[in-house]
Amino acid sequence: MPRQGIAMGLEFIEGNEAIVRGAIRAGCGFFAGYPITPASTILEYMLHLLPAEGGVAMQAEDEIASMGLCIGASMAGRKAMTATSGPGISLYSENIGLAIMGETPLVIVNVQRQGPATGSATKGAEGDIQFTRWVTSGGLPMIALSPATVGEAYELTFRAFNLSEQFRVPVIVLSNKEISLTQESVDLDAIELPPLVERRRPADGEKYQPHHFETPEQVPVLSDFGGEHVTQYTTSTHDKAGYLTADPGLIQEMIDHYTAKIEAATDDIALFRHDPQEDAETLVVSYGVTSRSAAMAVREARDRGKRVSSLTLQTLYPVPERAIKSAIDGVARIVVPEMNMGQYRLEIERLAPDGAEVIGVNKMNTTLISPDEIIAEGGLL
Amino acid sequence: MSNMAYQTYMTDELGPLPFCPGCGHERLLRELDKALVELQLDPTNVVIVSDIGCIGLADRYFTTNAFHGLHGRSLTYATGLKLGRPELTVIVLIGDGGCGIGGAHLLNAARRNVDLTLVVANNFNYGMTGGQHSVTTPSGGRTLTTPLGNIEGAMDICATAIGAGATWAFRGIGYDDGLAQRIVDGIRHPGFALLDIWELCTAYYLPRNDFNKKELYNLIESTGQEVGLLADKERPEFGAAYRQRAAEIPKGKPPIVIEPAFAHSLERQKGIVMAGGAGQKVKSAVTVLARAGMLSGLQATQKDDYPITIMTGHSLSEINLSPDPIEYTAIDSPDYFLVISEEGLKKTRSWIKRLAPSCRLYADDGLELPDTEARVTRLPLAPAAKEVGRLSNGVIALAAMLQEAAMFPMDAFEQAISRYQKPEIAETNLKAVKKGVELVS
Ligand SMILES: Cc1ncc(C[n+]2csc(CCOP(=O)(O)OP(=O)(O)O)c2C)c(N)n1
Ligand code: SF4
Ligand SMILES: [Mg+2]
Repeated sequence: MPRQGIAMGLEFIEGNEAIVRGAIRAGCGFFAGYPITPASTILEYMLHLLPAEGGVAMQAEDEIASMGLCIGASMAGRKAMTATSGPGISLYSENIGLAIMGETPLVIVNVQRQGPATGSATKGAEGDIQFTRWVTSGGLPMIALSPATVGEAYELTFRAFNLSEQFRVPVIVLSNKEISLTQESVDLDAIELPPLVERRRPADGEKYQPHHFETPEQVPVLSDFGGEHVTQYTTSTHDKAGYLTADPGLIQEMIDHYTAKIEAATDDIALFRHDPQEDAETLVVSYGVTSRSAAMAVREARDRGKRVSSLTLQTLYPVPERAIKSAIDGVARIVVPEMNMGQYRLEIERLAPDGAEVIGVNKMNTTLISPDEIIAEGGLL
Repeated sequence: MSNMAYQTYMTDELGPLPFCPGCGHERLLRELDKALVELQLDPTNVVIVSDIGCIGLADRYFTTNAFHGLHGRSLTYATGLKLGRPELTVIVLIGDGGCGIGGAHLLNAARRNVDLTLVVANNFNYGMTGGQHSVTTPSGGRTLTTPLGNIEGAMDICATAIGAGATWAFRGIGYDDGLAQRIVDGIRHPGFALLDIWELCTAYYLPRNDFNKKELYNLIESTGQEVGLLADKERPEFGAAYRQRAAEIPKGKPPIVIEPAFAHSLERQKGIVMAGGAGQKVKSAVTVLARAGMLSGLQATQKDDYPITIMTGHSLSEINLSPDPIEYTAIDSPDYFLVISEEGLKKTRSWIKRLAPSCRLYADDGLELPDTEARVTRLPLAPAAKEVGRLSNGVIALAAMLQEAAMFPMDAFEQAISRYQKPEIAETNLKAVKKGVELVS
């Protein structure tokens, strides 16, 4: 019998286009990137779309320059983004530290591909999860969001801009070739976005210090280079005024600030979907493209009379600990499927109560983890 | 002088400059200050971007904006700042060390011609880290890391930058009288300007090597490098050119939004694989199918696989069509499999062997298929495509499949072609649809 479809007004676009559209919707005014599959089409869309929006998009000479250009442009008042894949993230590392040190808003897209090293350029992966958490020296907190669909790629890129401006930090969007280069039918206009966050700048005539805060978790206002105030920026340990310091007290104060501004906001940054089932003994915790298979596995298990709960994370860092702990509460087994050898499982293991079993479903051969694999290896039936 | 708004751009609020007695950096900064006084720029509109090294301690002794970034990367921040806010005057202070580790940025800043002024405080060694050799250490020079004497050659920073396209370059020594004026000229140059200023590191290079400041010119000469204004050319400044062109281009086309106009008959998700060769328009044919499905109220996903060397080998597209949102996008058990060329067959041979009996396999009748349990339909694609038009094999095969599968009306497929493909291509593909239907009728 012919059926009328559910779909209304859909586009057919790949994840990378959705990322670019989300960025432009958020007011991105500067992009720099260096070609690398599977992130290159972000550079291409940006080069085509940004000039007409009054922005600047350019191909940098390498990934170090991509980051440097974006940091400069951001400090000059533009919302900035760059995009790469694993080999490029390695080269971003030192500048990510600089962006943390200088409290620079910036969005970094990592379209993950099979690694390590050059790996498989055109194959998907989720191998950079802990690499994202510890991406630069110093070990300070990071914010990372992970989309599962083309629609979420759009939404989370937009949200990444908001978070970067709100907390004055680099925010990483952890995409995957499987989302970025897959075309999907999607209605971007139907996606509900939060209000746009604009950079908080000092009020007229206000005395300005680039890193001023009263309490450690407060996020300083930011005066652009070329704005009303003379300002300074430095990679070195510095005080609130941005002046080099070797004073251990002042250094610790800044470190506590970088840490507190993110940790204190963990619950606000947390994006997740909890689909609990009463008396469930098993919980599946998933993220990224693998969460789509996880959703199917959970449905199938339920159809067969099993009681299984599901927690899907869009925010990976800071770890949404409250959400995870509350979802874990009362379950005996936690299944964590990942396209890596068990990276986010480490976060779950440290939060799981004594006696709860944490089971990884892990594969890193460039193919998606199927619902059947999660059911079988996760023991869902 | 006295009626000038800005008498100096330096401040002693942080105490005296932090350099060793006699360090060339101090003298260079005083000349930069004089240059800024001459220009009388608003300090909020000037950024001194400093690299790492002793020279990197300089920026905060100025009353302008200061940006101190990573070792060798100062030009990248400067470029971002200038493109982000074109009205800024951006001056970069870098050591010879920074020019080495940041060599790629030096070449590209010169080539790109963004309006920046790069001042190299060239003291032939890494002062800050204890006097190791740098890219500009003269042959035979003695440093901490050249116990045998420097066997490597010295890089000519100006010649290198000019070779890369620098439009303005000057070489001199830090003790020159007219240095401030040269810096003014560099700042006024509407493009990338480079000043390579040779000077002394009194802590390391001077004591290890037997010369003094008077001999700096001799030192330059001994390396065969030239002094004075070495380039002064005009070439469009990158930022200005970018903005001019950007203002002229139209806004991008609005996205294609597909609203359902037909009905479909799918009860569940179907996976379809098409395997062909490079240049056979596999990808675009499958996108037409996806759009036709969407015109019929279905959801779709498409993934394409082809070698990085795009004009050779296989081209494989996988498409899911579903009445419901699509979750798992891999096609482990295809419902339809189309093989339209030898390259496609080669890539999917082992997959074809594993196909289930429920799978319908459409294959060009010239291909030698492996044993398979799939239900095979042979299509004379090559002669049909010859008749219809080049590169129509994919659409012919899809139309044949669709005619039998009846997922949605053939009208939807035709509409997807005529609405979303270029007229020339659509004309051929509409004929291809007729042909495909004919082949299975
Ligand atoms: C990535 C990186 N590698 C190494 C260093 C250590 N380092 C600090 S200063 C410096 C050399 C600076 O020499 P130069 O640019 O000539 O400046 P000078 O001290 O002579 O003024 C080095 C290698 C660093 N800061 N960062
Ligand atoms: S070490 Fe050399 S470059 Fe550094 S301040 Fe001393 S003299 Fe100057
Ligand atoms: Mg030096």
